[in-house]
Amino acid sequence: MTNVNNQRPLYERPILETAFYPSYKHLIQNDQYEEWGGYTTLASFASEGQEYFSVRNACGVYDICPMLKYRISGSDAERFLNRLMTRNIKKMLPDRVVYCVWCDDNGHLIEDGTLFKFSETEFRLCCAEHQIEWLLDSAIGYDVDIEDVSTDIAALAAQGPVSCSVLKKMGFSGVDNLKPFQLAVFSQLGFDVMISRTGFTGDLGYELWVNSSDAAALWEALFEAGKSRGIRMIGSTALDMLRIEAGLIMVDVEFMSCFHTVRHLREKNPFELGLHWLVDFNKGPFIGRQALLKAKQNKPQRQLVGLDIDWNKQADSALIYDSKDCSRQIGEITSALWSPVLKQNIALAFLDAPFYEGNKSMWAEVYLHRECLWERKVFECRVTPKPFYSPERKSLTPPEDL
Amino acid sequence: MKKQQYDAVIVGAGHNGLVAACYLQRAGLKVLVLEKNPHIGGATTSISRYENFTYSNCSYVYSLFRQEIARELELYKFGLQVIPYEGGAQIIKNADGSYDSMGTYWHGDANRREVERFNKRDATAMERLDRDIVRQCKFIKPLLMRTPPDPTSFKPRDLMELLYLGQRFYGIGKQRMHETLRFYTMSVADYLNEYLENDALKSYLAGGATVGTALGVYSPGTAYVLLHHAMGDIDGTVGAWGFPRGGMGSVSKALNDSFIASGGTVRVDAGVSDFIVEKGKVKGVKLESGESLSANLVVSGMDVRRTFNAIDPNELPKWVIERAKHFRFRGSSGKINIALDSLPSFKGIPANSPCMTGDIHISQSMDELELAYDDWKAGKWSQKPYLDILIPSLIDPTMVPEGKHWMSVFVQYCPYKLAEGEWNETRKQAFGQHIVDRIARYSPDFKDKILHMEIRTPKDIENETGMSEGNIFQGELTMDQLIFNRPIPGYAQYRSPIAGLYMCGSSNHPGGGVMGAPGANAAREVLLDLGKGK
Ligand SMILES: Cc1cc2nc3c(=O)[nH]c(=O)nc-3n(C[C@H](O)[C@H](O)[C@H](O)COP(=O)(O)OP(=O)(O)OC[C@H]3O[C@@H](n4cnc5c(N)ncnc54)[C@H](O)[C@@H]3O)c2cc1C
Repeated sequence: MTNVNNQRPLYERPILETAFYPSYKHLIQNDQYEEWGGYTTLASFASEGQEYFSVRNACGVYDICPMLKYRISGSDAERFLNRLMTRNIKKMLPDRVVYCVWCDDNGHLIEDGTLFKFSETEFRLCCAEHQIEWLLDSAIGYDVDIEDVSTDIAALAAQGPVSCSVLKKMGFSGVDNLKPFQLAVFSQLGFDVMISRTGFTGDLGYELWVNSSDAAALWEALFEAGKSRGIRMIGSTALDMLRIEAGLIMVDVEFMSCFHTVRHLREKNPFELGLHWLVDFNKGPFIGRQALLKAKQNKPQRQLVGLDIDWNKQADSALIYDSKDCSRQIGEITSALWSPVLKQNIALAFLDAPFYEGNKSMWAEVYLHRECLWERKVFECRVTPKPFYSPERKSLTPPEDL
Repeated sequence: MKKQQYDAVIVGAGHNGLVAACYLQRAGLKVLVLEKNPHIGGATTSISRYENFTYSNCSYVYSLFRQEIARELELYKFGLQVIPYEGGAQIIKNADGSYDSMGTYWHGDANRREVERFNKRDATAMERLDRDIVRQCKFIKPLLMRTPPDPTSFKPRDLMELLYLGQRFYGIGKQRMHETLRFYTMSVADYLNEYLENDALKSYLAGGATVGTALGVYSPGTAYVLLHHAMGDIDGTVGAWGFPRGGMGSVSKALNDSFIASGGTVRVDAGVSDFIVEKGKVKGVKLESGESLSANLVVSGMDVRRTFNAIDPNELPKWVIERAKHFRFRGSSGKINIALDSLPSFKGIPANSPCMTGDIHISQSMDELELAYDDWKAGKWSQKPYLDILIPSLIDPTMVPEGKHWMSVFVQYCPYKLAEGEWNETRKQAFGQHIVDRIARYSPDFKDKILHMEIRTPKDIENETGMSEGNIFQGELTMDQLIFNRPIPGYAQYRSPIAGLYMCGSSNHPGGGVMGAPGANAAREVLLDLGKGK
């Protein structure tokens, strides 16, 4: 199967199809298309509720082809990455993945992503926004090759309690031995499939990486193995619900890359996002170190936290106040969800100091559109630890055989 | 001399004169606008020169006009409708002699993918360049509708205004302060080199930074001109450009109609020869016909040189006369409007590409642009000029008969003074023919489709609009001629050394382009002096 639309000239068809699109096209029921990174993707295929529950209950599959993938290789690869990232990359073992962030010289967040280590001289960086200019410019003086391999590699995320069992059924024996953030290459299908125990759902799950030319074969094998185990394609609406429950941040929602911020002081540093644990000042020089050292001396003026909100109406884009009369704003909600698995009204929110710490009471101002009438409601809320949802199976090795 | 019939006389029905007139009339004054031409608009006109074709004779695209003015003067009610254009293409001649084009797309990802075909790194670098230009725009935009402070004055208002400037500047943060200070003095070439590698892409962007300015892409100060063209917006999209339905004359027409509706009077074919000044005070104007009109309040929409030339030198300080004389105009742009029998094709641009609806450029490199400037310095029109080619009829079919098109070609550089002698009809035709030949190299079927051409050299532009030396901005946009230096230090607040005589043309802050800001700012100052200020 080929992506017919991809053959058309750019000016007729500016949006591309992913390598898996021809394989799952027939599953699209309700045409909830959504453009992501220049690709046709789906907000949902059939039912966002069913798609959400497939991940918490069985196995949901998400097409992550539009993610950017950069091959970083060469004798200085590790040294280069250690200077690029705020995390200590030298501590990484081969065949491991880490979640990391990188900043500009002002300590402003550029992006977050996952870094895959194959060897001391071969890495892959996976993220959501284009970085080639920053990577190339940061590599001046290092013996390192940087290549955008985004379209060469196709990837699917298979997530949920039965995901491991489905992969085993596909013949990937030993996949159950993968620990969280570990990767291995499997060749049982007749081509190489790199499997990493990673994901964006806060559940047991894997990401499967192949050459784009093998995409269709991988998809067929996966759905054949999973069809009696409730496997489903899921869209971005379900994924967003899952990642909020997992307390994971999203670019352009929780933060905007300093590559795109126009207004002064809209940039964010890792501390404001609660990512202190990703910054290692003891590892030697890295981009933004001085600025971040300075930033660390004081507590952030604002910080991202989890909120638990009374009542059951999702508090999208709500402003947060320090009292019920809503006179002084102290923060705002970036992502909100009525969590179907927790039966809890949760949100990610930026709060001013000192409200992000301790157990202070605060109120969310929510506008509800009910039967063509807007109603204003004020609900009490409180800071609550993230992740909101973290099942034991997420880190259990080997996972339960279901 | 006729008894005073009007509270205020505006000289020149350019768009700025009309904006000032509207505000004064709406503030309760009885206002008369005098225009030397048989038509209004100055450099903002749509006049038919051939059968049922309408051209935007001088200015041709809209973006800079201040939204607040359009809203306050109800221009949309009076028929102004602006349609943003999308697309644009840089034609590229490959090393093997074949042609390609780098298109511009409204869709960010499509745009990036298109640039990626030529340079992967630049595709991402473009986004950072856009961000930084928008940051500069954000900094400068609020200053457009404010009167520049006099940095030598201790008047509370100037001090407050300086403080405002300072606060804005400090408010952008240390790193951006550094960037801003560099930005205002850099050449566009050096600026773009810090972001981009691809020469064709750089030349596509850089050409616009030389428009109306007798400087080359490597001349310091040209980075600002890039900004001057990016700080407009359409419906909130910063940097977007569009076509007013019916051509640029629709802007002047809406202003005119708004003015008339509020009770104002416009007289065309009424050129002013002199400002009548007595004991440092303006008393009225004298028309070329010999007629005199008395007025204690006169606002000049002409450029600064023409304004001061129309005043008895006895009434002016010597240094002001000199400054006005030395204000740099240096006309450097030409304009050709072409009626076409049908749509021409371009090498490297697919026939059904939406890129055709935007600006088409043929310059191949930064060096080519610099050489184009060298020709101007030698008193010749550029052998390989920067051309801004648009076919507005692709978006606005009302300007041409069915199936036909018209093409607007802006030419940089074309000198005001030719080395070979004065401009005459033969030389003007030769200039036009040269541009047609240049375009035909990239559009083989173009020549056969030409039905009519309106060729405009800087001399023609001067003759028609009165813009000295044909400078399209009523004076070059360089740091020494901007903000409190525009047009003359000490007289950068729309006032002149003559009491009651004000200036509202593009020679004043914030400068040229169809922006309306000088007109609105001048009106505000007039009303302030009358005690009607806000
Ligand atoms: C070829 C060309 C292309 C351009 N392209 C663009 C563009 O695409 N977009 C853009 O935003 N800007 C463009 N500009 C710039 C823009 O058009 C001008 O900066 C702007 O129109 C100037 O307006 P103004 O009202 O300040 O002056 P003018 O338009 O020059 O108005 C002055 C008026 O005064 C009249 N006048 C002069 N002397 C006398 C007198 N003695 N008595 C009575 N009346 C007199 C003139 O006839 C004229 O009507 C272009 C300009 C030119 C020339």
